[in-house]
Amino acid sequence: MPLRQPGAVLNYRILSLGDAALTIEFGEVIDRRLLAAVAAADQALLQAVAAGQLPGVVETVPTFRSLTVIHDPLRGTRSEVEAAIHAVLRQTAAIVAPRGRVWQLPVCYGDQLASCGPDLDQLAAACGLGAAEVVRLHAGGCYEVYMLGFLPGFAFMGDLPPVLARARRSEPRTRVPAGSVATAGSLTAIYPWESPGGWHLIGVCPLPLFSPSWPQAALLQPGDRVRLRAIDAGEFAALQAAAPAMRAAAQPPLAFLAAAAE
Amino acid sequence: MCAVLEVLSPGAMASIQDFGRSGWRRIGVPRSGALEPGWLRLGNALLGNPEDAPAIEFLAGGLAVRALELPLQVALAGHFTAELVHAGGRRRLASWRSVCLKPGEALRCGSLAAGRVGYLALTGLAVVRHFGSASTYARAGLGGVDGRLLAPGVRLSVAAGCGGERLLRRPPAVDEAPIRVVPGPQDDHFDAQQMATFFTQAYRVSAAADRMGIRLDGPLLGHRPEKGAEIVSDATVPGSIQVPGSGQPIVLLADGQTAGGYPKIATVITADLPRLAVMAPGQTLRFAAVSVAAAEQAARAREAELQALIAGIAPLAEAGNGDPQAIYTANLISGVVDAGAADGLPPALGRSPGER
Repeated sequence: MPLRQPGAVLNYRILSLGDAALTIEFGEVIDRRLLAAVAAADQALLQAVAAGQLPGVVETVPTFRSLTVIHDPLRGTRSEVEAAIHAVLRQTAAIVAPRGRVWQLPVCYGDQLASCGPDLDQLAAACGLGAAEVVRLHAGGCYEVYMLGFLPGFAFMGDLPPVLARARRSEPRTRVPAGSVATAGSLTAIYPWESPGGWHLIGVCPLPLFSPSWPQAALLQPGDRVRLRAIDAGEFAALQAAAPAMRAAAQPPLAFLAAAAE
Repeated sequence: MCAVLEVLSPGAMASIQDFGRSGWRRIGVPRSGALEPGWLRLGNALLGNPEDAPAIEFLAGGLAVRALELPLQVALAGHFTAELVHAGGRRRLASWRSVCLKPGEALRCGSLAAGRVGYLALTGLAVVRHFGSASTYARAGLGGVDGRLLAPGVRLSVAAGCGGERLLRRPPAVDEAPIRVVPGPQDDHFDAQQMATFFTQAYRVSAAADRMGIRLDGPLLGHRPEKGAEIVSDATVPGSIQVPGSGQPIVLLADGQTAGGYPKIATVITADLPRLAVMAPGQTLRFAAVSVAAAEQAARAREAELQALIAGIAPLAEAGNGDPQAIYTANLISGVVDAGAADGLPPALGRSPGER
């Protein structure tokens, strides 16, 4: 796909999300080239907003494969906003999305405490593996943060070892506990807050992932990489007890950065 | 000078809300804010506040508050009646007015005549702001009082003093027209028959309705097998209608997630989202497809209507002949009962005979 290489012009289509938002879609899959296109379009549109060239645009929301533009229909019509977006993107080339920090986060898996990962056994069965093997494979990965969204500080990370990839639950749970480590498709994530959710729950991370007290409220940023470390129930309890202080601190828990960036 | 308003009971659920926060969806922080921002504006206008001043939003009625040492003023926005409890007894009040609470006086909001949302607007409310908004987003502890929903015993610091009481001469109409949506962005996950089902059949607000979203009961929607029930997650907005694998549509609201992996069949338009957001469990609705241009026109019409309602605010004493409060209360209540007499339901609960 030469059109989506860094330095090349962007290839996209625009979809409506009602009258107050539109999605600039670069593709329908998870692909590094699409991430680069999204990053470039995001940067260009934010600059245009700052320069007053996109009247009524309130915010932009980058995802794996698209950039959503939220605007005020009382301050500019869709046709005006679309025309301004086309004008900006015509002059925009893809960039390489920046790489960030490397974290090592502790996870108590469902093989230690059943309450930590109610779906571990079911997922293991669906993958034709034992629970311990799923834990070994999941904890052995190094995952890139592709995007934030869904909940404050929720980082969509990938890619899972292909053998662990399974579709989401068809009926979302109404209550997923905060800290749940989950998988869906080729992705993994940690729920920062209790919420509804349709992912498979295989463990729990005791660390806070978001706090308005921190300079950047979200612990994990797009481009960061995340390694995991399986912990036992005792270490989990100790870290869980320390979590409120970590959330209230002026800095995020930097002790969980991997010793050195690769 | 600060007065104190004490929450005696939050009722089913109450929180502080303003217009919400923008600019932070990129880190997963939803807009939050009033489910019916127009009613918040009306409440604020009744008090002469800035239109986006934070107020108490309550769900399903039962909110009770009391003024402590100093007098203060509140405004009631939403379709409900309230009871002013004072030393000498009780006085019934209709909503869409401001009212002075003298020290020791309490206000109890009754159950809602239509929908599930009401506002108690306040002047000079001092609360924490996060990311530019006082709106409570309890899931992440943002805004409001300690980032939490209001609980019995919470004391709110507000401005002391009472100006003249004011009334909205013409309250907003209860509109039962179909909820207008713009199809997409993933309407291509549904074949023509499923789209026809979505646009012709009635849906009912289920018991799973909160500030995050509303699950709808009604015909299940099947996905085209070749497209499936999952997408690579992309951004959602308040008004997005997701259809997960179960086929049961979910409308996202102010506290809704900022991204999702279920196909979105349509998006509720700006002008109609508040009308859907305030519907109570059990109410039925239908959807109608419109173009973006028609949705923009509807947004402008709604804005003009709100401006007209605000222009109709008058001092209580001048609002009509005789006792305006009594006339108004009678109109409101008889209107609701009469219009729904045919099927025994108030209009907001019944199916609309003349759907537009």
